[in-house]
Amino acid sequence: MAFLLASDGPRPSDATVLQAVGLSKSFFGQTVLAGASIALRGGEIRALLGENGAGKSTLINLLSGVHRPDSGTIVLDGRAVTLVRPVDAWRLGISTIRQEFSLFPDLSVAESLFAGNLPLGRYGTVDWSRMSDLAGAAIARLGYAIDPRRRLAELSVAEQQLVEIARALTHRSRLIIMDEPTASLSLSEVAHLKQVVRSLAAEGIAILFVSHRLEEVMDLCETYSVLRDGRLAAEGAIADTTIGDMVRSMVGRDIEAPDLSGRTSQGEVVLSVRGLSSPEGRSPPVRGVSFDLSRGEIVGLAGIVGAGRTEIARMIFGLDRIGAGSMAVRGRNFRPATPKEAIAAGLALVPEDRKKQGLFPERDVVENFAASRLGRLGASLFLNRRAERASLTTFIRQLDVRAPRLDASVSTLSGGNQQKVVLARWMALHPEILIVDEPTRGVDIAAKADVHRELRRLASQGVAILVISSDLPEVLAISDRILTMCAGRLTGEVPASEATEEDLMQLMTRDLSFTS
Amino acid sequence: MTTTTSSLPATRSTSNRAIDLLARLAPALFLVLLMVLFTTLAPRFLSTINLFNVLRQVSIYGILGVGMTFVILTRGIDLSVGALAAFTGLVAAVVAKGAVDTRLVLPWGGASWPWAALAAIAAGGLSGLLQGLIVSRLSVPSFVVTLGGMTVFRGLALIIGNGGPISGFSDSFGWWGRGMVGPVPAPVIAFLAVVVAAAIVLRSTPFGRAVYAVGSNPEAARLCGLDVNRVLTSVYVLTGLCAGLGGFILASRLNSAEAVAGTQYELNVIAAVVIGGTSLYGGAGGIVGTVIGTLLIGVLLNGLVILNVSPYVQQLLIGAIIVGAVVFDVSVKKQKR
Repeated sequence: MAFLLASDGPRPSDATVLQAVGLSKSFFGQTVLAGASIALRGGEIRALLGENGAGKSTLINLLSGVHRPDSGTIVLDGRAVTLVRPVDAWRLGISTIRQEFSLFPDLSVAESLFAGNLPLGRYGTVDWSRMSDLAGAAIARLGYAIDPRRRLAELSVAEQQLVEIARALTHRSRLIIMDEPTASLSLSEVAHLKQVVRSLAAEGIAILFVSHRLEEVMDLCETYSVLRDGRLAAEGAIADTTIGDMVRSMVGRDIEAPDLSGRTSQGEVVLSVRGLSSPEGRSPPVRGVSFDLSRGEIVGLAGIVGAGRTEIARMIFGLDRIGAGSMAVRGRNFRPATPKEAIAAGLALVPEDRKKQGLFPERDVVENFAASRLGRLGASLFLNRRAERASLTTFIRQLDVRAPRLDASVSTLSGGNQQKVVLARWMALHPEILIVDEPTRGVDIAAKADVHRELRRLASQGVAILVISSDLPEVLAISDRILTMCAGRLTGEVPASEATEEDLMQLMTRDLSFTS
Repeated sequence: MTTTTSSLPATRSTSNRAIDLLARLAPALFLVLLMVLFTTLAPRFLSTINLFNVLRQVSIYGILGVGMTFVILTRGIDLSVGALAAFTGLVAAVVAKGAVDTRLVLPWGGASWPWAALAAIAAGGLSGLLQGLIVSRLSVPSFVVTLGGMTVFRGLALIIGNGGPISGFSDSFGWWGRGMVGPVPAPVIAFLAVVVAAAIVLRSTPFGRAVYAVGSNPEAARLCGLDVNRVLTSVYVLTGLCAGLGGFILASRLNSAEAVAGTQYELNVIAAVVIGGTSLYGGAGGIVGTVIGTLLIGVLLNGLVILNVSPYVQQLLIGAIIVGAVVFDVSVKKQKR
């Protein structure tokens, strides 16, 4: 097997690599994509924008051979192509890096890179040492060092993503589609990924970059295409547009800025955390974290992935054992052994991973909403589905949930609506202390604004809210006060009104392990 | 998958609903079809006597199936129910008789049927509790625990009966297996009672909802404040209780309890639950489906006997239908995505 590098020499960067014209696709009679067109030149980094349900995923699926278009043509390097299966697209040089990786958790990095194309030795057996060398070289090209013998499952999300990209480079890629590659990366990892993307583009590869983070798009991409309701709503050069314009074309209306008035109200302390540490040997660790949370305030907890933010939330909510330290709710000692005890003390946690920790995919919207009632003390002998439904209906109106049928499976809803249902689940318990972990990850812009508005409203009603988010603009926009973490320690506290992204970044990368 | 879900707007639920409906009705349609087929081939299939005969035959499967439904809803499996029915049948027999030959002599002598039934159900419940604790607290796969349990309970049954049967019970003991209320066989009444109770628990109580939640997503269930281990343990207790009742009725019907009773029942019971639409992946299904699945198995077995089909072929057909049902379940899930 020849180990082909992505570019076998410089290409004219202005040649059109991909031209898709008039792509349409319907599922079960519902039009998802209605004549969308997109074109990419070699070396171009184009952002593909749109709300959830706008047709981005379908467009990607058509370009990567997962689905076949009902109508429209795909032209690659000047030749019309028909993509029947994903492997057709792969062979023609279209690689797709998905949000959920298609790698093999139990194989090594090297095996994953060359799966389906293993370098063979003289007797038709796998040439392990050559494969290791090739794999090492492919990853080194991305400016990273990952031992090719490590199992995929041991790698971080960022590392797995790099392996996916390296896999795309093990053969001649013309177009790399990246579906929200930064969604679960830390800031430094995002910065590194951007470098990688730029260097790929410099080699003449066209990049289609899907992201909900517009700041990132502004920084990285040259051009953009916006899909709305399955149609191309706008396209152009990034240099000629603003975030506001892009948002307007995605949503089709203006998004109101969150109302920042009256956010200085400082109530009594409801949760105090003193010297909270995780047990020995936990990774990532939490080391001696102390803070207070007061009635009616929103405290942002910022830090890179792996700083220990989620781990703090898990200990407070009784999900993980506490190593050392103490907590108090309304001045009374608090050390929950289970989430049930935390709930009884007036806490609620909207978890980080909606799919793994939040949703009951087989169950309907009502049951998903009402699930938090089950763990409450003093639940009645029989369920009252009518009351559950009535309660849900009020939240649906309040949060603007788009759910055509409440007795349909929750997995029929879009990501944003699912997140709202999970949020409503916890709001229904009227918690005093609400912890939200990545409240708007993978959620479209309109739903994000709804969630932010709702959090502010809850705070104005006296709920103490801790927001964990990797999205710095989000932290800045909704918090009253921001705590920063690095390597398991709190590294700073700033009022949101005075903080800038740069300040936060600095605090989030200040590793105190060596100074204390 | 989030990606695919988000690519399809909410409106797609209409077609999903059609698929859902079809999936839900499929076992019932198949049952009707099968009954029409058997009636055409052998008209006496549809006689009242024969239909009640079918019901009587499936009652024990059905009772075991109700417990099994709870376990499968939590992504588990209980392979021990057949052996447990044999073991609890022997427990009931010992309590009713007061002794086995000169061994196991109970100081209070033979007891009336309620005590025998209670003892069987309690023994089943305790056995289930033990298995449930191993599954939930020690996180051992239910397949392994109950596979071991299957042998252990069979062994216990052999020990109690010393390898032989215990036969000859009082008429009141025997009524539960062979008695009638009007035209309705007594086991059918027990089956119905269990079904109604289980359906209410599953559909209308927080515990039933918790069973679905734990089966659908254990991690999310824990975050919602549910005691996942307790729910898991409980479902094995429930299958144990059902196996105890089933064991008592089985001993009553045969007028004899022995260690080989209920052999391979677990297969027909699991088949009935799965054919009835309860997903082996947990979180979806219910009691009504299990009733239909049980009837389907009963009708199939009965019809094949009436048509003089070889018992060897019967085995083959049932196996094929189980696989077919799971293939259907999986393909419907694929469609929905």
